[in-house]
Amino acid sequence: MNTVQKLLVGVTLVLSAFAVQAGAKNDPFLTSAKIDQFEVRSTEGPDPQVLEGNFWAGYDLNKLWVKAEAEHVDSEYEELELQALHSRAISTYWNLQVGARRDFEPEPKRDWGVIALQGLAPYFFEIDASLFMGGAGRTALRLSAEYELMLTQRLILSPEIELNAFGFNDEKTAAGSGLADAEIGLRLRYEIRREFAPYIGVNWKKKYGNTVEFARRDGDDIEDAQIVIGFRAWY
Amino acid sequence: MFDLISRRRFVSGVAAGAALTGLSFHSGRALANRSPSVLKGNEFDLRIAYQPVNFTGVERTATAINGTVPAPILRWKEGERVTLRVTNNLAHDSSIHWHGMILPTGMDGVPGLSFDGIKPGETFEYQFDVRQNGTYWYHSHSGFQEQTGVYGAIVIDPVEPDPVACDRDYVVLLSDWTDEDPHDVYAKLKKMSHYYNFQERTAGDLWRDIKEKGVAKTWQERKMWNTMRMSQTDIADVTGYTYTFLMNGVTPDQGWTALFNSGEKVRLRFINAAAMSIFDIRIPGLKMKVVATDGQNIEPVSVDEFRIGVAETYDVVVEPESDTAYTLFAQTIDRSGYARGTLTPDPALQAEVPSMDHVPLLGRADMGMSHDMAGMDHSMHNMKGMDHSQHGMHAKHIAGKPAPAGFGSRAEIKHANTEFGPHIDMRADSPKSGLRDPGVGLRDHAERYGRKVLTYAELRNLYPTQDRRDPMREIQVHLTGNMSRYMWSFDGVSFDEAEPIRMTYGERVRITLVNDTMMTHPIHLHGVWSELETEELDYLPRKHTIIVQPGSTISYLVTADAIGRWAYHCHLMYHMPGMMREVRIEKG
Repeated sequence: MNTVQKLLVGVTLVLSAFAVQAGAKNDPFLTSAKIDQFEVRSTEGPDPQVLEGNFWAGYDLNKLWVKAEAEHVDSEYEELELQALHSRAISTYWNLQVGARRDFEPEPKRDWGVIALQGLAPYFFEIDASLFMGGAGRTALRLSAEYELMLTQRLILSPEIELNAFGFNDEKTAAGSGLADAEIGLRLRYEIRREFAPYIGVNWKKKYGNTVEFARRDGDDIEDAQIVIGFRAWY
Repeated sequence: MFDLISRRRFVSGVAAGAALTGLSFHSGRALANRSPSVLKGNEFDLRIAYQPVNFTGVERTATAINGTVPAPILRWKEGERVTLRVTNNLAHDSSIHWHGMILPTGMDGVPGLSFDGIKPGETFEYQFDVRQNGTYWYHSHSGFQEQTGVYGAIVIDPVEPDPVACDRDYVVLLSDWTDEDPHDVYAKLKKMSHYYNFQERTAGDLWRDIKEKGVAKTWQERKMWNTMRMSQTDIADVTGYTYTFLMNGVTPDQGWTALFNSGEKVRLRFINAAAMSIFDIRIPGLKMKVVATDGQNIEPVSVDEFRIGVAETYDVVVEPESDTAYTLFAQTIDRSGYARGTLTPDPALQAEVPSMDHVPLLGRADMGMSHDMAGMDHSMHNMKGMDHSQHGMHAKHIAGKPAPAGFGSRAEIKHANTEFGPHIDMRADSPKSGLRDPGVGLRDHAERYGRKVLTYAELRNLYPTQDRRDPMREIQVHLTGNMSRYMWSFDGVSFDEAEPIRMTYGERVRITLVNDTMMTHPIHLHGVWSELETEELDYLPRKHTIIVQPGSTISYLVTADAIGRWAYHCHLMYHMPGMMREVRIEKG
């Protein structure tokens, strides 16, 4: 346990001493870490390794959330992003998350304020809609949706879509105004345990608008279809 | 009758178990998991301590009383005063609650309400008069110790001749064991509420439905579940995936064994001491005559199958006439596993173990919706029935004169303000009565298998109702929660945030429970009887634990004849931390 965690546990224990304990604790302090995707993408040229995960700590309705995204190609990070958010339950299936994001890569580093709506939409779509506000009036929007189709109790086909849009051009980070890119994935995982599931899948990425120009400038792909292999794990 | 009683033998699990298996058969396991012994008399020394056990092939540490899981059977005599010295040798506080016993509040064993609990290394002396008879049980009321083994049976012999005649008398105590730490189980449920459910509907089920019913009908049927983001297979939170179900501490593989001679009357005292598992019990080939529930004698009812909620007890009498063996089959409500035993004239003779029945699916009635409402956009009637006058911290006292005793509530269903928010996923707007409902998964058993299944409506006290007054007051308590966040509460307020429900000593009160969830909750009121309103006012059955069917309502009468601070809660272990109240009975 880190210091913050120890402190929180300590405070909780002191507070709980005053509560009537006729059984177990109702709302214990919990932590969870999840690697949602940890995969190698097969493509022309060097294969990128991609990590998407999160960590949370807290209680039923209030949690500290950390979201991480990283893409590593050829012993370099193409993308490295961290978010630290306070997540507060605002309705049965939705959480409002407010906090900060830092992009360590690509250079130059960018910092953003974050407001996100995360939760489960009707028909069991897992949604994360994040609005980012950065320095010099920069804005960005990210929408992601995921669905889980259970083929069997352990074999799960999971389609996923992510869209990124920006308020205006950021030439240095090669982000173009308007819809910048779309990514569609389809992963088939097998839950050996709930906590551990290897998967295979396909991932398709396409850039749009001004982002296409920046990509051409930098010699990056405009469109890319990849075979992915990886695993999902959490505790 | 006297002849029968004098001939009656009380046989413990250990006698039968040892006779059958011998020690050589499964040496290590048999020793580690000894069946409970019987302790008789009026003075008892009980020691709660860590105990290595092995139910699954892996050694684990249980919390056990006097070294066994289950704990010894305590055999008391009505009219005597019992003294129980309980020593806690655990590293944490402990306690023993005498489930279903009518006793002084200080002896009830609930830390924070009756007493401070038993500190590590300390001994607490319980002493009280035994003023009732029948089948009860005892268990820890601290932490999750009940899940890890602190539970045992209590059998109280009556002063008067027992109206239930039998030649043999067995305790059949059911429980659920997990090799996991219960704190981990609770944490997993909070992180992923369907963690233990491996009976979810798959693409294959969807395809079958489409082939049978067509796309439009399938879409329509599933629309409500999809829009409400709820699962039709959410029957049990913790399942056979992690649980091994035990009968008198014996696994299904080994099978607990009880002996009989053909022509004998055998009394089986079923006790559900599980943490989370509701069982459906039957003995293929035998009719069961249900003679008591929750320790209280009832007018015998002959059935093929009955459901036993967590913490309930049912006594049945069977009369096997042929020299064949029978299986005592206790499958869980979600059919993810079973506990098993054998009733046999010869230890070498075993009976066939039946396969489990079909896995039930929840229906729209389990959401407490009337037919015409189903499929409607839920948000449209979210606010319907909301009680704006309430501030929610107190149980709702229904205004006006309550309906007369015996027939249940006629009051309007009202949802408190506190029932709206992220901690709630459902409100039953048109709950049906649960009285005649055999329950999820049993409703079609008459039609499908030709079995007569017991319902609460058939429970008729053997003795006349003592307090025939009409209720002076009615309290409506809603069972609430958010399955996906795994939060549970009464009226949307969890135990740690709630004010007590107050009753005045001597008053007659109706409690109406409204189940605003899709789960089956067994609700236990300490200290006083819950007299189920079965529409037979003269013979209301007295219970300590009452099943509330999903999306349903049920009413019972309480005579507040015991001053003190009493616990009132769902007896599902992982619901209990939130779904609990103090009931405080004070002099007026």
